[in-house]
Amino acid sequence: MTDQAPILVLAIPLLTAILMPLAGLFREKLCYPLVIMIMMVTTALSGAILFQTIHFGPIHYYIGDWRPPWGIELVIDPLNALVLLAISVSALLAAISSKAVVEKELEGKEIYFYTLFLLQMTGLTGMVITGDMFNLYVFLEITSITGYALLAVGEDGSYMAVFKYLVMGTIGASFYLIGVGYLYMATGSLNMADVASLIPGVIHSRIVFFAFILCVAGLFVKMAMFPVHGWLPGAYSKAPSAAAALIAPLTTKVSVYILIRICLSVFTAEYVFDFLKQTDFIVWLASATIVFGSLSALAQKNYKKMLTYILIAEVGYMVGGFFLGNRLGISGAILHIVNDVAMTLALFLGAGIFFWKTGSGEREDLKGLFVKMPLTMTGFALAAFSVIGVPPTCGFFSKWYLISGGIAGGQYLFVAALIFSSLINAVLFFRLFEIAYFQPFADHHHAPAHGAVAIEEAPIHMLAPFLVAGAILIALGLYSGEIVTQIIQFAIPAEIM
Amino acid sequence: MLDFIIGKYNYWFYIILMMVGFYAIIGKRNLVKKIIGLNIFQTAIILFYVSIASKKGATLPILEHHGGHGDHAAIIEVASYMNPLPHVLMLTAIVVMVATLGVALGILIKIYKRYGSVEEDEIACVIKSENMKYEVGK
Amino acid sequence: MPMETLFSIKPALAVLVSLLAIPGIVLSKKPNVRESWTFIAAIAKLAIIVSMLPFVLKGGEFHYTLIEIWPNLGISFRVDAFGMLFALVASSLWIVTSIYSIGYMRHLDEHSQTRYFTFFAVALSATIGVAFSANLLTMYLFYEALSLATYPLVTHHQDKEARTSGRKYLFYILGGSIALALPAMLITYHFTGTLDFAAHGVMAGKINSGLGLALTLMFLFGFAKVGIMPMHSWLPAAMVAPTPVSALLHAVAVVKVGAFSVVRVLTGIVGTGFLADFGIHFVVAVIASVTIIVASLIALSQDELKRRLAFSTIGQLSYILLGVCLLSEAGMTGGILHIAMHAFGKITLFFCAGAIFCATGIKKISEMTGIGKRMPVTMAAFFIGSLSVVGLPPCGGFISKWQLVIGTMQAGQISMLMVLLTSSMLNAAYFFPVFYKAFFCSDDESLFEDKVDEAPIWCVVPLTLTAGISVILFFFPQPFLNLAQLAVSAILGS
Repeated sequence: MTDQAPILVLAIPLLTAILMPLAGLFREKLCYPLVIMIMMVTTALSGAILFQTIHFGPIHYYIGDWRPPWGIELVIDPLNALVLLAISVSALLAAISSKAVVEKELEGKEIYFYTLFLLQMTGLTGMVITGDMFNLYVFLEITSITGYALLAVGEDGSYMAVFKYLVMGTIGASFYLIGVGYLYMATGSLNMADVASLIPGVIHSRIVFFAFILCVAGLFVKMAMFPVHGWLPGAYSKAPSAAAALIAPLTTKVSVYILIRICLSVFTAEYVFDFLKQTDFIVWLASATIVFGSLSALAQKNYKKMLTYILIAEVGYMVGGFFLGNRLGISGAILHIVNDVAMTLALFLGAGIFFWKTGSGEREDLKGLFVKMPLTMTGFALAAFSVIGVPPTCGFFSKWYLISGGIAGGQYLFVAALIFSSLINAVLFFRLFEIAYFQPFADHHHAPAHGAVAIEEAPIHMLAPFLVAGAILIALGLYSGEIVTQIIQFAIPAEIM
Repeated sequence: MLDFIIGKYNYWFYIILMMVGFYAIIGKRNLVKKIIGLNIFQTAIILFYVSIASKKGATLPILEHHGGHGDHAAIIEVASYMNPLPHVLMLTAIVVMVATLGVALGILIKIYKRYGSVEEDEIACVIKSENMKYEVGK
Repeated sequence: MPMETLFSIKPALAVLVSLLAIPGIVLSKKPNVRESWTFIAAIAKLAIIVSMLPFVLKGGEFHYTLIEIWPNLGISFRVDAFGMLFALVASSLWIVTSIYSIGYMRHLDEHSQTRYFTFFAVALSATIGVAFSANLLTMYLFYEALSLATYPLVTHHQDKEARTSGRKYLFYILGGSIALALPAMLITYHFTGTLDFAAHGVMAGKINSGLGLALTLMFLFGFAKVGIMPMHSWLPAAMVAPTPVSALLHAVAVVKVGAFSVVRVLTGIVGTGFLADFGIHFVVAVIASVTIIVASLIALSQDELKRRLAFSTIGQLSYILLGVCLLSEAGMTGGILHIAMHAFGKITLFFCAGAIFCATGIKKISEMTGIGKRMPVTMAAFFIGSLSVVGLPPCGGFISKWQLVIGTMQAGQISMLMVLLTSSMLNAAYFFPVFYKAFFCSDDESLFEDKVDEAPIWCVVPLTLTAGISVILFFFPQPFLNLAQLAVSAILGS
C-alpha cells in the first residue's frame, strides 16, 4: 500500500473532487464529512511517506511505469515529505473549521466550494511531490486557477482583487513556463534530477542564466515578494474566511518550497551560490520585502489586510534566509516554511473566527473580545507570540536560525530587518489586543462590571482546529532541533557550510 | 548583426508578441482587452515552445508502422522529425490557458453585474461614489 | 571545593507547580476555593525550594534538562546558590503577597480577580524559571514569559491610563529584549558555541574586547527589567497597577528578575575575568552609579508615594549591579545579598502604600500628614521598611549596605564609596519626611482624626510580617548571607 502512497495522495483528492458534485446533488450534507475524511486519509498517507523517507531514503515513483527522464516521476525526499505533511495537516484543520463559515458566507455553494477545495489540494500536493519541471507548471496552474475561483466569492471588492491576482498570477506562471522552456533548450530534459546532472555541462550558458532568472521571477510573483506582491493583500483579505484559511498558509509557502527545490535540486547549489554570485542582491530584496511588509501592516485598519502584509514579510524571511547560502540560513528558511504554514493557519483561522463573530474586518470592531471569547483570544495570542518570536513557540526558533545565519553570513541588514519586523509585529498585535482587552473603556475605578458579559465562544468545530493549530505552534517550537537534525539537514547539500 | 536578427526570428516574434500582450494588460482600460492581452501573452509563449521544436526540412513526428509495435530495427533519423515533446507540452499549456480564460471571463461577468461596466476607470468611479455614500450615510 | 551535582526533577517541579494550579484557579466557582488554590501552589512551591536548600548550602547543585532542543542547548535548569537565594525570596514573598492581595482586592471589590490570580501564578512560574535557568536560552524564555504574563497584571484596571502604561511597559521591556538581548544572545552563541552559564563566563578567548563591551551593554540595556537609565521609564508608569502587583512584581519579581539576569550574564556569560581584563566592569559601574544618583534625586521630587517608591527601586537595583561590578568579594556579596534585603524592605513599603490607599484612598504624600495617628501599625512598618532600604541597623538592609561599603574599599574604588554614601543620604532624605510628617505633626496640621482605623486585617498582617522579617534578617541573615557567600565563592574562587 505504501508503495502507491505517492500517487494515492494525489489521486484520492482528485477523484473525490470529480465525484463530489454527484455526492452533493444526492445529499448536500454529505460534502463536509467527505472532505474531512479525504483530508484525514491524505494526512495519514503523508505521515507514512515522511516516515518512509526518513528511514528508507527518498521515494521515486514512476507514473505509468515510464522511467525518467522520459516519464514523469514523483520524487519525495525528507524535505518535501515534511512540506507535504505540513500542508496536509493545515488543509485538514482548515477543512474542519470551514463548516460554519461556508454555511454563513457561501450558502448554497457548499458543493462547489468543497470540490474546488479538493482540487486545490490536488494542485498543492502535486506541486510538492513532482519531480518534473513542466508537471510542476501544470500543478501550479491547477492550484492557481482553483485559487482564483475560491477567493473570488468573498466580500464586496473581491472580484476586482481576484481579477488582479489572476492577471499577475498568470504572468508569473508564464514566466516560469518560459524559464522551463529555456532550460529544456539548454539541457534537453524536463526531469529535475536529469537537468541537475546536465547543468554542470552548460554552466556558462546564458540560456541557463535567463532560465534561472525567469523561473525565480515567476515564483517571486507567486509568492508575493516585493515588488510583485500587489495582488496578495486584496485577494486574501476580501476572500471568504474558509478559502483564506486554506489558501493563505499554503500557496505562498509552497512557492517558496519550489524556489528552494529548483535552486538546490535543479540548478544545483554550486550554480546558484558559487557561480552566480548574485545572491546578495536577493537577500537585500528580501530585507526590503520584510521592512515593506511590516510597515504596510502598521498602516492597516483592517485586521485581515494587516495579516496579509505580515504574510508578505514572512515570505521575505524565507527567501532571504535561503539566499544567505549557509547551512543555518537554509535550515532556517526550510524550518520557517513549516512554521509559517502553522502560524499563518492559526492567524487566519483566528481571523475567520473574528469575522464570523463580528461580521467586519475592521480592527475597531474587535472590542471586548477578550472577555467574550477568552479561548479564541488565547489561541490568537499564541499565534501572535509566534509571529513576534517569543519562545517556546516555533516562530522564535525560525528566527533563531535565520538571525544566526545572517550573523554567520555577515548580512547584518537582513538581521536588522528581522529584528525590526519582530518589533513591528509586537506593536501590530498588541494594538489588536489593546482593542480587544481595554475597550469598551472602563472609567477609572468602576471597571467593567463583574461577570456581566457572557462568554460566547465560537462553535466547537471552528474553535477546536484553531486551538490545535496553536498547540502545534508550541510543539513545533520545542521540536525544532529534532526537525532540523533529523529531516532538514539531509535536504541541504553537503557542500554548503 | 543581420544574421542575429534574421537567424533568430522566432524569438523576436515571440518577444514582440509577448510585449504586445503585456502592453495590452497594462495599458488598456477595458478589462476584456486586458484578458485578450493576457491571452496574447500566453500564446506568445506557446509560439516560442513550438518554434523550438521545429527543424529545417523536418516532418511530422509520426512513425509509420508496418504492423506490430515498432520493435524491428527501423533506423530512425531523428533530425528529420520535429521534436514532439514541446508540442505535447503546449497542448497542456493551451488547456491551462483556456481554463484561465474561462475563470477570468466568469469573474468578468460578475464584475459587470456588480459594477455595470468593464472599464477600469468607470468601475473605480462606482467604487468611489459608493464609498462616499457610505461615509455620508454613516 | 568540588561541585556536587544532583540530577533531580525538583527544579522543574518548582517552576511548574504554580502552572498546575491554574485550572483550579480558573474553574473555581467560589472565591475562597480559588484563593486556596493559589495558597496551595505557593506553599508547595516554597516547600520544594526549601527542600533543595540544605544540599545547596553544602555547595551542591541540582541539574535537570526539561527539553533538549539541540544537542548542547535546551530548556535546562540548574539550582545553585545564587538562583536559590532569589527563588527563596520570590516564593516566600508570593505567599505573603497572596494574603495581602485577598485583603486589598476584596476590600476594593476589584474586577477580574480570577484573571489576576491566574496571571500571578504564571508570573511566579516564570520568575522561578529565571532563577533556576541553566543557560541563557532558558533564561530568555522565562524572561519573555514574565514580560507577557505581567502585562495583564500591570494593565489590570483596563482604563486609558492603564493602556498607556501598558504600552510603555511593553515598549521598554519587550522592545529591549527583542532588539538588544536577543541579537546579543545569538551573536554570543555564534562566536562561543555555548550559552551555558559557566563559572568564568564563556567569552574569554573567543570574543574581542570591543565586541565584548558592545555585547555587555546590549545585555545591560536589553534586559530592561533592571531599570538602568534610560530604560527605566516603565517602572514609574507601571505603578498604575493594583498595589499587590506593584509590591511583588516591581519590588521583588520583575525588577529582581532583571537584576538577576544581568548579574547572571555578567558572571556566567561575560565572566569576571573578561570584565576585569577589559575594564568593562568599570563602565557598567559608572552607568549604575549614574542611575543610582539620578533616580534618588528624582525620587525626592515625587509626590505620589508609589512613584517615589518606584524611583527608589530603580536606584536600589543599580546597587546590586554596582556591587557585582566592584568584582571584590564583599562587594559582590553585598550586591547579591541586597537582592534579598531590598526585597523584604521594599515590599513592606509597597504594602504600606497599598494599605494607606485601601483605608483612606490617598495616594499623595502631601495628603498623608498626620496619618500616623490613624494607621500607627502601618506607619511603623513603613519606618522599618525605609530603615532597611536606607541601610541602617537594626534592619537587614544594613548588612548588604555594609558589605557594599567594604566592597568599595576592597576594590579601592573611593568614587563608588562616595556614590554609596551620597545615595544613602538621598534615600534618607526622601523616606524620612514621609513618616516624620505622618507621626510628628501638630494637631492642626494633621489631616486625620485621632481614631485608629487601619486597613483590613488581611493587609496589615503581611506588612507587619515582612517588616518583622526585615528586622530578623539583621540578626539572622542566614540562609541568605550563606547563599550569597557561596555564590560569590563560586564566581570568584576556584
